[in-house]
Amino acid sequence: MRFVDEYRDAEKARALAAKIAAMCEPGRHYKFMEVCGGHTHTIYKHGLEDYLPESISLVHGPGCPVCVLPMGRVDDAIALAEQPDVIMTSFGDMMRVPGGRGSFFDSSAAGTDIRMVYSPLDALKIARQNPDKHVIFMAIGMETTTPSTAMTVLRAAAEGIENFSIFCNHVMIVPAIKAILDSPDLRLDGFIGPGHVSTVIGCRPYEYIPAEYGKPIVTAGFEPLDILQSVYMLLQQLAEGRCEVENQYARVVPWDGNTVALRAVAEVMELRPYFEWRGLGFISHSALQVREKYAAFDAERHFRLPGVRVADPKACQCGEVLKGVLKPWECKVFGTACTPEMPIGTCMVSSEGACAAYYNFGRFSRQRIREISIESSRA
Amino acid sequence: MTHQDTTQQQQAAWAEEAVVEHDAGTGYPTHATPGSEHTGREQLVLERIERARRARPRVREKLITLAHGAGGKATQSLIEAIFLDAFRNPLLEPLEDAASVTAGNARLAFTTDSYVVSPLFFPGGNIGDLAVNGTVNDLAVSGARPAHLSAGFILEEGFPVEDLRRIVASMAAAAAAAGVSIVTGDTKVVQRGKGDGCYINTAGVGLITGGLKLGVATARPGDVVIVSGPVGDHGITVLLERGELDLDAELVSDTAPVHELVHGLLEAVGPDVRAMRDATRGGVATILNEVATAAGVAVVVDEESVPVRPEVRGACELLGIDPLYVACEGRIVAIVDPGAADAAVAALQAHPLGAGATAVGRVAEDPPGLVLLKTGFGGTRIIDLLVGDPLPRIC
Repeated sequence: MRFVDEYRDAEKARALAAKIAAMCEPGRHYKFMEVCGGHTHTIYKHGLEDYLPESISLVHGPGCPVCVLPMGRVDDAIALAEQPDVIMTSFGDMMRVPGGRGSFFDSSAAGTDIRMVYSPLDALKIARQNPDKHVIFMAIGMETTTPSTAMTVLRAAAEGIENFSIFCNHVMIVPAIKAILDSPDLRLDGFIGPGHVSTVIGCRPYEYIPAEYGKPIVTAGFEPLDILQSVYMLLQQLAEGRCEVENQYARVVPWDGNTVALRAVAEVMELRPYFEWRGLGFISHSALQVREKYAAFDAERHFRLPGVRVADPKACQCGEVLKGVLKPWECKVFGTACTPEMPIGTCMVSSEGACAAYYNFGRFSRQRIREISIESSRA
Repeated sequence: MTHQDTTQQQQAAWAEEAVVEHDAGTGYPTHATPGSEHTGREQLVLERIERARRARPRVREKLITLAHGAGGKATQSLIEAIFLDAFRNPLLEPLEDAASVTAGNARLAFTTDSYVVSPLFFPGGNIGDLAVNGTVNDLAVSGARPAHLSAGFILEEGFPVEDLRRIVASMAAAAAAAGVSIVTGDTKVVQRGKGDGCYINTAGVGLITGGLKLGVATARPGDVVIVSGPVGDHGITVLLERGELDLDAELVSDTAPVHELVHGLLEAVGPDVRAMRDATRGGVATILNEVATAAGVAVVVDEESVPVRPEVRGACELLGIDPLYVACEGRIVAIVDPGAADAAVAALQAHPLGAGATAVGRVAEDPPGLVLLKTGFGGTRIIDLLVGDPLPRIC
């Protein structure tokens, strides 16, 4: 398959892995955070860690929008779905995210009308087809999905559709990275920057990371070779004493972002003063809400929400996992009380969540597998 | 304006209960300390997880969700904790595709399956031939010669008779092709809105000849895993036919009766075949997990040797689905003694339905209970049972 296979070439990977190993300073340990959940997914899905020397560890970051949604917001969304004559629409990965009293799936089983869509425009289509119902789109995601939500609102406004609104939970990655950099318990050597988010915001917003925090960042694509190459570029910066923003994903990411998309977002949405991130707590100016001008399309203005915060279960260590302080398996409920079929923490829900990726794809000892394959190759 | 109240805070009662229950069940002696990276401790955690996975399954949900029908973990829990618990007997317990029962001197395979596919008609078939082929295949992979089928129809008020005629004609043709007769049946009609046009249940019996002892629990280290052709055609065809994705591809369902294909395989290397399954809901991945769990072995699959049509691979890439989990309706997975692997592949390839047959992996000793994938990229990962249902009502 073109545009995919060339970025999964095992031979190129081996060559790059050798260059990476040679670039590592003996005795030094490197910790790089991949900010984006999509990267975490790729790393585990393709078994990328098999190519990295033991002196490099990849730390999984907070860039999984489903994972950072606090339980109280899920409860609010379910309360919206329970309103009479409401059809709630949502991306598939939101369906199993647990709130204080269950998930969309549970709510749907109990009788609410919650439908999976692949795009907010599909939700708008449902609104057109059901003029006697009010259709709400559960808008989640970082800058990657925000423009499509904004464009949908603009389309709804242009068409004069009155039975459609969004429940806006869009968050922004830059304040979250800043929160991690300010957190005292983590020492990182650099960042693998989010690829999809950067197609929208470009690379400029990351310039404060090398400038103010002295950490290199390389914006990376989502195929396994992209990530290996980004690791190599980070090592190269460190070896050469450089510290800057670099763009590995230049085939998709323009340095200045997508101005059309950014304009649409700015037209429809504005910053919230603060927003709760699951595990990270309240981060100021880290999320978006619908502007007054488009109030007609804002579910938060249409309906009264319970707005009750739900504390994370005491045993849940999603916060530490999202900040990269703990590896997924170091959480004390990982894989026992918290599993993909019965997730307590959101990191176990989305395919981009670090815990789900590790549980589903990486739940074995790499060291042991290496030993086995060496033995069998001798036999 | 947000109505969020930042002072008031609730607890998620269900989550606290789940933690308490697990602490009581498996215990957890150590508390994780940030940053520690001892592989020894990771190994302990992995072992603890395997213990938790082997624990008796429970259905915690108060209501049935779509996940209970997806063929993955939730389905397995439902079957073991509710059905098997209530019906438990030695014939049911192996949970094979068909039960093996005796009547006089005859050994019979007996199976049943319900069909709720949406849409009812799709490229390459419809719910009718699917319902016949599915049951024929469950009998065939149990080592039986399919003989007689039943057909039960649940129809919705308002369903076009012409559609029913088309469905029934396909069933008749499929039965003739498979050499089985539909000998008994039932019809119910539900009010408009209480069904979705047409649901079909078929049950079937077949005669088991020869002394074959097939079963996924008999797989041993060294055995070779073979699939009979490209995987995922049926699931992706049905998904695209729904038209929700605005994707088009030249794909047809692989629905077909595999009894002759299986017959050819057993004729050639019968005693060396450990188990066969038809890869329906849950796909090849689910079957291999059943092998790993039932036999207490590891199954190692080589991603590059798994046959997948480019159209299926493309659709899966776009949708973020792994083709190994996508349903087929005319593909079998066979676990075969290594000495007979080449002959088994050749025997399958001799039949048109098995033209794309190939070995995709092998059974290993360690780590028991896990299916590992050597990725095309050159890494290693797990293929687990599916959680949730990306493609409901595919068969």
